[in-house]
Amino acid sequence: MRRPPKETDESARKISRRALLLGSAQLGFVGILAARMQTLQVDQADEFRLLAEENRIAIRLIPPARGLIFDMNGVPLAINEQNYRIVMVRENAGDVEATLARLTQLIDVDPEVIERALEEIRRRSPFVPVTIVERVAWDDIVKVTVNAPALPGITAEVGLSRQYPLGQDTAHVVGYVGPVSDYDLSLLDDPDPLLQIPRFQIGKTGVENKLEVALRGAAGARRIEVNAVGRVMRELDRREGITGAEVQLTLDARLQAYVEARLEGESAAAVVIDCDTGDLRAVGSAPSFDPNLFVRGISVADWTALNDSIYRPLAAKSTQGAYPPGSTFKMVTALAALEAGVIDAESTVYCRGFTEVSGTRFHCWKGSGHGNINLHESLKQSCDCYYYEIAQRAGIDAIAGMARKLGIGVRPDLPMSAVVQGIAPDRAWKREVRGEDWRIGDTVNASIGQGYVLASPLQLAIMTARLATGRSVTPRLIHTIDGVEQPGGAGEPLGLNENYLRRIRASMYDVSNHQRGTAYGSRIVAEGARMAGKTGTSQVRRITAEERARGVTRNADLPWERRDHALWVNYAPYDNPRYAVAVVVEHGGGGSAAAAPIGRDITLQALYDGPPPLDAYPSNVRGHIAEQQERIQARMPPGATTRDRA
Amino acid sequence: MSYLEYNVKYVPSGLRKLLYVNWPIVMLITAVASFGFLMLYSVAGGDASAWMAPQMKRFGVGMVLMLIVAMVPIWFWRNMAALAYVISLALLVAVEFVGSTGMGAQRWIDLGFIRLQPSELMKIGMVMFLAAYYDWLPVKKASHPFWVLLPLVFIALPTMLVLTQPDLGTALLLVIGGGTVMFLAGVHWAYFGTVIAGGASAVYAVLQSRGTDWQLLKDYQFRRIDTFLDPANDPLGAGYHITQAKIALGSGGWTGRGFMQGTQSRLNFLPEKQTDFIFTSLAEEFGFVGAITLLVLYALIIFFCIASAMTNKDRFASLLTLGVAMTFFLYFAVNMAMVMGLAPVVGVPLPLVSYGGSAMLVLLLGFGLMQSAHVHKPR
Repeated sequence: MRRPPKETDESARKISRRALLLGSAQLGFVGILAARMQTLQVDQADEFRLLAEENRIAIRLIPPARGLIFDMNGVPLAINEQNYRIVMVRENAGDVEATLARLTQLIDVDPEVIERALEEIRRRSPFVPVTIVERVAWDDIVKVTVNAPALPGITAEVGLSRQYPLGQDTAHVVGYVGPVSDYDLSLLDDPDPLLQIPRFQIGKTGVENKLEVALRGAAGARRIEVNAVGRVMRELDRREGITGAEVQLTLDARLQAYVEARLEGESAAAVVIDCDTGDLRAVGSAPSFDPNLFVRGISVADWTALNDSIYRPLAAKSTQGAYPPGSTFKMVTALAALEAGVIDAESTVYCRGFTEVSGTRFHCWKGSGHGNINLHESLKQSCDCYYYEIAQRAGIDAIAGMARKLGIGVRPDLPMSAVVQGIAPDRAWKREVRGEDWRIGDTVNASIGQGYVLASPLQLAIMTARLATGRSVTPRLIHTIDGVEQPGGAGEPLGLNENYLRRIRASMYDVSNHQRGTAYGSRIVAEGARMAGKTGTSQVRRITAEERARGVTRNADLPWERRDHALWVNYAPYDNPRYAVAVVVEHGGGGSAAAAPIGRDITLQALYDGPPPLDAYPSNVRGHIAEQQERIQARMPPGATTRDRA
Repeated sequence: MSYLEYNVKYVPSGLRKLLYVNWPIVMLITAVASFGFLMLYSVAGGDASAWMAPQMKRFGVGMVLMLIVAMVPIWFWRNMAALAYVISLALLVAVEFVGSTGMGAQRWIDLGFIRLQPSELMKIGMVMFLAAYYDWLPVKKASHPFWVLLPLVFIALPTMLVLTQPDLGTALLLVIGGGTVMFLAGVHWAYFGTVIAGGASAVYAVLQSRGTDWQLLKDYQFRRIDTFLDPANDPLGAGYHITQAKIALGSGGWTGRGFMQGTQSRLNFLPEKQTDFIFTSLAEEFGFVGAITLLVLYALIIFFCIASAMTNKDRFASLLTLGVAMTFFLYFAVNMAMVMGLAPVVGVPLPLVSYGGSAMLVLLLGFGLMQSAHVHKPR
């Protein structure tokens, strides 16, 4: 059938018209697409290029090596140790559990550790390396490397971890590091991005904590190309971090180790301060703990043992412990009375064994009394009644003022975890803290360092150094940071009457050098090393009238935690003070018996910069001392005696 | 029905027909496909065997099929039109029962050598059928309500089936493709006005149905609409694709980042980089220049189709040619608009470039029909 040409032409024309219309519409839309391309690709190209770069490039931080800590002679106290660890990448491992099972056959791993690692492996992306075991022995690393074909996805890596060569000897001062916690982060306003690295180690206590920013250093960075799921494709460039600052402490590692060794077996603290500079040569606290345990991740059992011990090994007793200073406070009372002009050196007080103040009896340690006694004898024999009397004359505010002048009740500025302020009580203090009025009995108690008075061993050492020099010696723990010397603590003169000070020092000299001195048994006989000191015995319980009538229970018969604290302060040499020492033996009994010998040994060790000759000791104790020196030398860590950087 | 219907001066036959094939279109198609091969090589990270080689194989088969179809006289295809439509419709029904699910929608039948998407087939089948219908229908009756209703039913049937898959994008393309043939065939303007107004109300109704018992779209389809309207709203969720696609496009700049240097695609920030989003990789690596070049190639294909249709006296032939051209246009226009953030993400491949068998084979078959119309033009 032939189509009518007219109809065909008309239909074709109609189609053509509409096709043109359609074509124009299509062209219009193509135009819109082209315009859109221009907007995106030409006009906004820079913006999108930037976004693409942001997509593509991730910045990964490189943790810097932590700054090292040395003692005054360059003995390392905190170092970074190479540490081998075994790492697994899930996607390369095939059957993860089977591979781990083969690993445990090969080397000895705690099943708990494997369990934890498995958990982490499951949580992370398959290409993220997960540490399975840390601190692996070299032998085990060799085994793993040799058996690599049987352990797909498992590799050995080297990292740095903190190590404390002297272990427990410097635990309280240097402190330790541990993985950053959410709590740590919550304390910081603007945390260093480094802290976001999982398990990044930061200082938790001690110098490690207080000097964290200096020790941490600055992060390096790697710019890496990552794909959409975060897999690292390649490294674009790399900027190494800045190693943390090297910190040199004023501590003498050998003396520190000696102090810790000497305190062993007691719950005690001792501080050695350099009288010239305020440098702390030893800050000991016993018992101690191994800080390396914390770096590795302490086990629950170890932690419980440390935390529950009644001897509080975790506490830095030398700075953190606040004790009634007992008779070691008598120099403060005496000096306050002298400076107030209410006594002179020769004025005497009659001691009949007790003093009655507003109806209450305050007893002297010597029940029969000392009779007429002056300043010199009262210090030497540690008569209490003398101080009951002169304190009432001087008044508590003068005594508290003198205490603060000598460093008691003032928080020393030290980069350690807990540094207590202590208490130098006065009227204002009691009203504010206790809400009560000061009573005369409080003054009497305070006069012999009991009652409200509290001081740390560090403060007692500061007090002694200030008495020895007449200057406001302040403690310094950090010698240099990155080679920059830190301000010293020699201090300005305190403005005390030198005559009075000389009287006090002379009395302290007799405490350990006069036959009737309370520490005569702990004297040093080497000329040029003789010491001036003061014993203290501070009660931690109240002795009732009935008990006194019955006869005071002997310390040895009391449970440990109710026995008296034994205290000792001294400086030496007497005529040219170099070191001031304070010793507190918690519940050690009498100061002269329990604390003074320790102070003597530490003083000699410091003065001789090593084990002193036996003839520095009185002949009757030499045998015992020789034994003791042998025992302590055997215990001293070898690291403390190397002087390679000195 | 044959050349006998027209006054013809010359009838090519045998291999001489090859001379009358519209070669510019063949070359343009090859050029576009080559762009595709290049990109498939690039997004596979330089691995030819992943996507490029199979794609080239399919393209080869498709081109041969196209030429075979072109050699067959156009009136044969006109007679086959109804059959093609019925077969496509039957397959669409079949896919409801034996189809495999991918991306949350029932779409394809696995024939072993090819994953056939009946909805793709239907795009050409319906264009053929409607062209044949209007060829058969006297021109004067084209706007008669009854003769308008009939093609509407022909369009509605497959559209409903596709909607139940549910594949909103293909359904829309079917409606627009069918409507275009009706428009070209001379159906009165008023009908289109009514339909567009009705469509607008329907869109309104669909949007209003959200969250009610009679919700007309699946939740993910609604989310795609949300994302289209504001991709920044959810940059890591549903808006991720569009945002990353725009970043890829934009970062290409004038001349692109260079072949195989596109970070967005190479580092997998781009979704479905070898299929629906391949244009973004291309724009990233070849920049504005490359993107515009592809767009011009596409536009030229359309141009040559329209030119061929306008010089063809045969009603079926020109309607078919324009219908195929429109289908092709809808593919690339919707795909590009989608990846450039001008249209919602509806899952339409970039024709001849995206990796995938169905669309390419169906399009090449369509071009085969168009070539057949061109070769057998009454001269």
